[in-house]
Amino acid sequence: MIRKSFLSLFGLVLASTAKADWALNMPRGVTDLSVETFELHMMVFWWCVAIGVVVFGVMIISLVKHRKSKGAEPASFSHSTVAEVIWTAIPVVILLIMAVPAAETMIRLEDSRDPEISIVITGYQWKWHYKYQDEGIEFFSSLARPSLAARPKQSGVDVNSVENYLLEVDHPLVVPRGTKVRLLLTSNDVIHSWWVPDFAIKKDAIPGIVNETWFNANETGTFRGQCAELCGKDHGYMPVVVEVVEPEAYQAWVNSHNDGEDKLVSAHQN
Amino acid sequence: MTTAVVDAHATDHDDHGPEKGIKRWLFSTNHKDIGTMYLIFSLVMFFIGGAMAMVIRSELAVPGLQFVHPEFFNSMTTMHALIMVFGAVMPAFVGLANWMIPLMIGAPDMALPRMNNWSFWILPVAFGILLSTLLMPGGAPAGGWTMYPPLILQTGDAFPFLIFSVHLMGISSIMGSINVIVTIINMRAPDMTLLKMPMFVWTWLITAYLLIAVMPVLAGAVTMLLTDQFFGTSFFLAAGGGDPVMFQHIFWFFGHPEVYIMILPAFGVVSEIIPTFSRKKLFGHDSMVYAASCIAFLSFIVWAHHMFTVGMPLTGQLFFMFATMLIAVPTGVKIFNWVATMWRGSMTFETPMLFSLAFVFLFTIGGFSGLMLAIQPADVQYHDSYFVVAHFHYVLVPGSVFAIMAGAYYWLPKWTGHMYNEGLGKLHFWASTIFVNLTFFPMHFLGLAGMPRRIPDYSTQFTDFNTIASIGAIGFGLSQLLFVLVLLTAKKGAKATDRVWEGSHGLEWTVPSPAPWHTFTTPPKARIANEAFE
Repeated sequence: MIRKSFLSLFGLVLASTAKADWALNMPRGVTDLSVETFELHMMVFWWCVAIGVVVFGVMIISLVKHRKSKGAEPASFSHSTVAEVIWTAIPVVILLIMAVPAAETMIRLEDSRDPEISIVITGYQWKWHYKYQDEGIEFFSSLARPSLAARPKQSGVDVNSVENYLLEVDHPLVVPRGTKVRLLLTSNDVIHSWWVPDFAIKKDAIPGIVNETWFNANETGTFRGQCAELCGKDHGYMPVVVEVVEPEAYQAWVNSHNDGEDKLVSAHQN
Repeated sequence: MTTAVVDAHATDHDDHGPEKGIKRWLFSTNHKDIGTMYLIFSLVMFFIGGAMAMVIRSELAVPGLQFVHPEFFNSMTTMHALIMVFGAVMPAFVGLANWMIPLMIGAPDMALPRMNNWSFWILPVAFGILLSTLLMPGGAPAGGWTMYPPLILQTGDAFPFLIFSVHLMGISSIMGSINVIVTIINMRAPDMTLLKMPMFVWTWLITAYLLIAVMPVLAGAVTMLLTDQFFGTSFFLAAGGGDPVMFQHIFWFFGHPEVYIMILPAFGVVSEIIPTFSRKKLFGHDSMVYAASCIAFLSFIVWAHHMFTVGMPLTGQLFFMFATMLIAVPTGVKIFNWVATMWRGSMTFETPMLFSLAFVFLFTIGGFSGLMLAIQPADVQYHDSYFVVAHFHYVLVPGSVFAIMAGAYYWLPKWTGHMYNEGLGKLHFWASTIFVNLTFFPMHFLGLAGMPRRIPDYSTQFTDFNTIASIGAIGFGLSQLLFVLVLLTAKKGAKATDRVWEGSHGLEWTVPSPAPWHTFTTPPKARIANEAFE
């Protein structure tokens, strides 16, 4: 009975969501390190699957065979030093196999030396402020108007009709492809966290502290993320949008920005 | 003088029963009555915290704001966590400890009965204060149960009440732990050596030490918040030269052992139940003790894995990653030992066993995601996403809560003297298990796809799995009403025998069912009692 109603509910959900996305896994991302992170994630995942198959397999065999209703008589053993040494030693070996590549990736992740561009990111309740250190460009980046209009209770706007609902900003961060970009993060009020899944970067922006991280995107495109650290009532409404463009387009953007007309941004605002 | 004390012990207490009416409960010093009050209190909190979860999941069922405002949503996530952690899970284990530890070690009561009364009655006051903040100007605390400054300092009038209630919860836990330790160390049956103690007693002994070690740390952290807010200090305020990250270090030095405080007694409960229904001794009793001790030790040196994104030195992060991964070893030993206990047993599947089996399966899944979270580069992606929400709910709901349910069904006949309704119990089990997975499994996918936690509204790409999770949550919430039905009909079943279960073992099964108000006024011989069941 329960299972039946459960299945029909499930069917209902399937039928009602034509807009299905059903993303199951982490994105591979567009930086060397995001691909490495993805591969680490998959490696640990498959180890877990393998361990699960063995442990659950033994358990299921036991559940099927060693039941009283099948006339199973209980054995009397209650310890085995050999078995216990084995199942302590094997996990240690598996952990070492995981730990080595994880440590290597981590060391690369922390190496923010020799950046080509440095950007200071300051978190505010509830928007981001970007300042390009050498280009003299700075601006705030807040939730875009269509999302802003749709978000209140009884706004009368169907959020499904808003493109990139809650994941669009008025002024995206613009960076060139194939360039090492260093981010310096801090905050003006409470703790925020700057997260773009496609770059495998999440770093807290903390008042009084300057944190450092970096990325180097291999592909152009628009990459979206959100604030990841609870920062008050509008924590869910401060997205991160990064435009990765070809270096020439980036240079043109810098020039146009300094001339007072921002082509990329006006393209975003429509 | 000495003889007078001995005489007082020898006095038979069976001639006087409990007080009548409310005084029995208000002034109780009886471990069974106090245990019952703890258990009922935690069930009430479980439903209050559960109702808050229903608000959260209803709001998240579809994108867009439907029911609540973001501030209230944040209050709900904050209060849900505080109530479930400090009001439901911890008091439930203290309730089980109060009822069962004296019965398992052959003691007449807890060592410090008046303190026992006090440590319980502080709790309703603490949670009364915490819940009253819902009605205060500025609303209930909304900065997350982790109370990170500076955000938590933006709380309205509720702020000092939050701090005070956390202090009270801590005092209650510390007193409860002192009682457990003193009882276990001093009041065991004469021939029960430490390594002969049942696993539930062992895990509680370790848990009690953890509690005494870390609750004062939490108290210190929240006191510093209080003085930062009201007395001009700057422990955590950057503007005054303080460090907001220091709070996180102090909080998680408490918070990580706290995780094991909520799971070690669960290990103990399951280690009692699986041997009973496998009709076989617990495999590797001593290595289970060592594994639990290892876990307890490691829990003190892994706290910063909750903080891999705050910007720590590389060497620090490497240390915390390796230490965290190590926890998989003793935890694995425990799981392998449970499986080995079942192996070549003679199993039956009554409700307590079903909950324990689901515990082993689903806690292991939570353990796997825990191992994934230990890998620092991957954790940077998982951190503060729904993947973490999935992980800790897997270890806390089908982990701790299922173990509490298993324990309740297992010992209920000993408490009431009657068998509960097995059909209803199994229905409760299957409904809970199906819905708990429907709720929390899709959250793994949401987190990996990039949905942050603690947001009241989300981008439309996350709709499908959120809807499924919400359906599961409502189903899980309603399923728990079946447990209330089991309790209400608990005395309608057949009379329970003293031993209750065919394979049960240990001193608690030598006393009549229901356990009389006073038990073991003269110390039993644990070895002889156990051999009677061989």
